[in-house]
Order: sequence, then C-alpha cells, then structure tokens
Amino acid sequence: MSSKKKRKPKIGVFKFASCDGCQLSLLDAEDELLAVAGAVEIAYFPEATRAVLKGPYDIGLVEGSVTTHHDAQRIQQVRRECKTLITIGACATAGGIQALRNWKDVDEFIRVVYATPQYISTLKLSTPIAEHVPVDFELRGCPINKYQLVEIITATLAGRKPNIPSYSVCLECKRKGNVCIAVARGIACMGPVTQAGCGALCPSYDRGCYGCYGPMESPNTASLTNQLRILGQADDQIVRSFRGFNAWAWQFRKASEECEHK
Amino acid sequence: MSGRATRTIRVDTLARVEGEGSLYIKMVGERVADVKLKIYEPPRLFEAFLRGRHFSEAADITARICGICPIAYQMSAIHAIERALGVHIDPAVRLLRRLFYCGEWIESHTLHVYMLHAPDFLGFPDVIAMARDHREVVERALRLKKIGNRIVTLLGGREIHPISAAVGGFYKVPTKSQLRELVEDLEWALEASLETVRWTAGLSFPDFEQDYEFVALCHPDEYAFNEGRLKSNRGLDIDAAEYEDHFRELHVQYSNALHSVIRGRSSYLVGPMARFNLNFDKLPEVAQKVAMQAGLRPPVKNPFRSIVVRAVELVFACAEALRVIHEYQPPTVPRVDVPNRAGVGQAITEAPRGILYHRYALDENGLIVTAKIVPPTSQNQKRIEDDLREYAAQLVAWPLEEATWKCEQAVRNYDPCISCATHFLKVQIDREDPHGG
Repeated sequence: MSSKKKRKPKIGVFKFASCDGCQLSLLDAEDELLAVAGAVEIAYFPEATRAVLKGPYDIGLVEGSVTTHHDAQRIQQVRRECKTLITIGACATAGGIQALRNWKDVDEFIRVVYATPQYISTLKLSTPIAEHVPVDFELRGCPINKYQLVEIITATLAGRKPNIPSYSVCLECKRKGNVCIAVARGIACMGPVTQAGCGALCPSYDRGCYGCYGPMESPNTASLTNQLRILGQADDQIVRSFRGFNAWAWQFRKASEECEHK
Repeated sequence: MSGRATRTIRVDTLARVEGEGSLYIKMVGERVADVKLKIYEPPRLFEAFLRGRHFSEAADITARICGICPIAYQMSAIHAIERALGVHIDPAVRLLRRLFYCGEWIESHTLHVYMLHAPDFLGFPDVIAMARDHREVVERALRLKKIGNRIVTLLGGREIHPISAAVGGFYKVPTKSQLRELVEDLEWALEASLETVRWTAGLSFPDFEQDYEFVALCHPDEYAFNEGRLKSNRGLDIDAAEYEDHFRELHVQYSNALHSVIRGRSSYLVGPMARFNLNFDKLPEVAQKVAMQAGLRPPVKNPFRSIVVRAVELVFACAEALRVIHEYQPPTVPRVDVPNRAGVGQAITEAPRGILYHRYALDENGLIVTAKIVPPTSQNQKRIEDDLREYAAQLVAWPLEEATWKCEQAVRNYDPCISCATHFLKVQIDREDPHGG
C-alpha cells in the first residue's frame, strides 16, 4: 500500500443565468452535505464559500443558461477547466424560463423592464450550455432533484453510468398508485411527455404536471396535443403548456411551434 | 511612496451571497470617494415575458426568480392577483400560508445565519471549514434548516419551487394529523432557535450604527407576513396600492438591478431589522424575552447585529408554526374557484430579506397585460452602498485584505439575493493618494 494519501477530487460549481435554486439543492442535501464535503474538495462554489482553488476541476457543475456575450466566452473557459462537465437544471439543459425571449423581440423586452435600455447588454437568445460546449451529462429539472444530484456525483466519482431514468412522469404516477388525473378528472397534464424525476409531484397534489423536468426520451408530443384538445384546451393554452421552463428543449419547441402555426 | 499612496483592493469574488455582483470602493486618502454595488447578473426579463401568460401561471413563473425564496414570490403574486380579482380566501388557507412562510423563513434564515454570515464572524471561508471546529453548531444548523424545508415540502411538495400554492388557496391541503407530525421537530427547532439567538449574541460586532428609515409591513395583531399596511419610522403609512406613488426605481449604468428610493427622501432599509424595529410588540413573548436577554432592544441600528435579529425571527417562525398547527382546521375546499376577469391588483409580502412588491394588470381572459416586481434586494441596494460609504471610512488604516473581508461582511449583513435583484459579488477597493500619488 502506498502511504501517499489519495487526492480528493475537486468540484467546481459555476453559475450562469438562473435562480440559484439548483446549486442550493447541494446545500439542501442536509443529510449528505458533510459526507459529500468529506469525499470531495469543494474548490469553487461562490454561493457557499469565499475560498477559491484554481482549476482544473474533476467535476464541473454548471447551472444557468447563456444569455450574454461575456457568458458565451466564459463557458468555453469553464469547459477547458473541467474534466467532466455536468449541467444541472432546466436553465442549463434547455435555456430556462428566460428562453421565452427567444420567440420575441428582446430589445422590446428590455424596454419593458429597464428605463435606460442602452445600459443593458444581452443576447437575443437564452441557450442551453450544450449549444456552446460538449456536455458529459445533463441533469434535468426545475429545480433538479437533490438525490439525483448526489447520485450523479457518486456515479461520476465511481466511474459508472448514473442511474437517472429517462422515462415519463406517467410511470412514476403508476408506481405511486395515483389515479390518472387526466383520464379520471379531465385535468390537462404534461406527464405523458415529461421526464420522471420529481416523483410525480403535481399529480400527487391534484394538479396537472407542468413539464418542469423537460421532455422524456422520444416523447409523443403530437399525441398529447390531440389529447389536450379533446380535454377542451385552446391552441394558445397548449402553446403555453409546452412553452414553460423547458420551452427551448427542441421537442417542446417543435410541439409549441406546430400548434402555433397550425 | 508612503502608506497613503494609491492602494487598490480587489476581491474578484464576493461569495456567500445569492447571485452575481461586485463591489467597488475607492478611497482617496482617508476619504471614501466612491462606492458602487454592481450587479451583473444577466437580466432575465420576467416582467416582459409574464405578459400574455394566464394569472394561474404567475406563481410558478415568478418563483423561478429566486431558488432561495420562491415562496415569497408565490405569496406576493397570488395575493396581488387575488386583489385584482376580488377573491376572498378561507381563513384556514390564510393560516396555512402563514405556516408556509414560516417554513421558508426557517430554511432561509438558518442558511444565512449559519452558512453564509457566521463564517465571517468566526474567520472561516465557509461553513464546511467552520464545521471542522464547530461540528455541533453546524449539525444544529443543518437539522434546523431541514425542519424549515420539511414544512415547505409538506405544504408545497418540494423545498425549491413548490407546486401547491394557487390563486384562491392550495391545490391540496394537509390534514390535521399530517401537520401534527411536525410538532415534535418544531419543538426541538424552537429550542434550537433560542440557542441560535444566544450563540449569535456572543459573536463580536463592529461599533457601527446608522440612522435608517426602516420599512416593513405592519399588521394590528400579527408579526406581518402577507397582510398589513406598509409603514416606516418616518411616517410612511400606505396600502400596497399606493406603493408606486411613494417609491421610485432608478436605473444606474453599472447595475442590472434597479435601485429603489423613497420619493422625497432617499435610501431605506427592509428586512429583519426593519420588521423587528417596527413590529417588536407583535413578536410572541418567547421571542421578545430572548431578544431582551441578548441585549437587543428596538431600534437596533447596527446592521452587523442583523444576524441576532434573524435568529430572533427564527424563534418567532418556530413559535408561529406551532401556533398555526394547533389552531388548524382544514378548509372546506382547498381553493375557491376563480373565474377570469379584468382587474389590477398589488400586494406586498415579507420575504425573508424584506418586502416584495408585485402588481399585475389582467385582461378579461385572465391574461397578464402588465407586471411589475420590486424585490427586497433592489430596495436595499442603495442602503448597502450608503452603509459601505460610512463603514469603509472606519477601515482606511486597516490592512487591505482585512478591510476587504470586513466590507464583504457588511454586504452580507443584508443577506443580499442578487438572483432576485436580477445575481455573484466581487469586491474591489481602490485607494488613491489625494496628493496625486
């Protein structure tokens, strides 16, 4: 046995345009936080520490979408410094709620919010990280599930594939024994096209899923659109349903545009 | 070159705040020449893309402004829309919303007191390093925070961006026995909060007091969360509908967040110190008593003591949560039906960091025509700069590194949430020789 102590893997947490909620998931893992902090070196995490260790980092967790010229350059630098780069949350994986600008005139948007628009510098589009650099794993959710976050860190450190399902929320509902709110009560629900991970939260609270985990693998969005029409939803409502926190994910984007241009 | 020659302090990362910003302080000799709290968190333009969305979506969308205080956004959005539509909620729903807010205050205040602010007082870079020497304290913090999150999760489904709050009530309400399951934890949390007051009161505080205008929501019978008039110690006394007549937002070039000022006066302070000072008599006896024992009497004017005030609010939130749970009888329906109609409504609620103002105008289909949101951090932003202008003057003789850390701490007194105010904090202090050095 070597007497040399094994170096702890270094983790960096990087923020782009976002609400901070996904990185807060790490601090919200109250039972695991001290164990995680014992297993890795938290080398860069401004929300939690003023200490900064230089890269390279073994794992980079990236929250947020790219919305400024500066950030478009910064993500290139972050990618170069991270051996494994994992994007966390709907902003980083799909552009986030701020991607609603992508269908509008962003200059007009800025005039609505700011008195002196020329002080503001922003891009026309809010885009996911993978549109800028190669990403090793995308963890979905708005916000992410903290247990999935611990799983992906553990799996990456162990060099195995993370156990993150890509099936729909419907499966989670069935497994919980929920009566289908869409079938039994006619409530519009995005569950059939939305990736699992939340534990079928909204249907368990008597409301339709609003798609915050983004598209499942190969979703049948056209069929859901038909079903929503049968439930009496108007096209503008259906467009809004696909245009939420994962609006710019291509499957949802395609579905909303098909409905809009019908 | 003497010690008074040009000196520049730059901290590229002011950490342990929510979001991205920087601080720039320029000192010329013994004079503080310039202070700028810069927020370069990218603008996300919520008020623009809320237009055309249905009122039922506002609570879920605005929650995404901030992962730390999503409930505050949900509460202000929902109450503003209920006022626009003339909705009357069940008293049980009103109680549950208070409990929901208690959960967020416990979670958010514990995060800030122990994990973001206390490391400054004890000289650690972060809570993980602090845990090596103060393991028991950090374990207490984690358990307390978890109990706050447990309340939020029970009522809202999950701790971040909960899904159950709705215009008219909740999608689903808990049973009495579900709430009773929280009692044992909350009784522990109340004791832990009292211990938090005693622990924070034992920290050492710089000798620094300011003459603030404190602004908070005031209710005749309660320590206000969602209802009341907006008052200040300088005579302000208004309804939420009058907010925009009395407050102005200024757009300054170096910041992506708007600065708020009171018309005809200037900066003001919102948050725990404002609430404590204006509403001390509405605190439960247990909170008043421990505050007095800790040497806190209103008006508290030293912003560094805000850490103790937050701890007192933790005591309040735990005691209030227990009161609500004992009183609770489920409403007849979880939420009342709310038909579409046109209207305009404003609401102010007390987010952990201070008052949060929302206004919505709706059309006859219930779609949002205009939205306006003023978060607490943009209201405190100018006040933070004013504090630093005074405080930095005390530090001119200090070594740069220590002065910089103290200035960061002074910013963290406000628990700034830059994600809210638009978000990451860098501190930079320039020192210049007045004689052209």
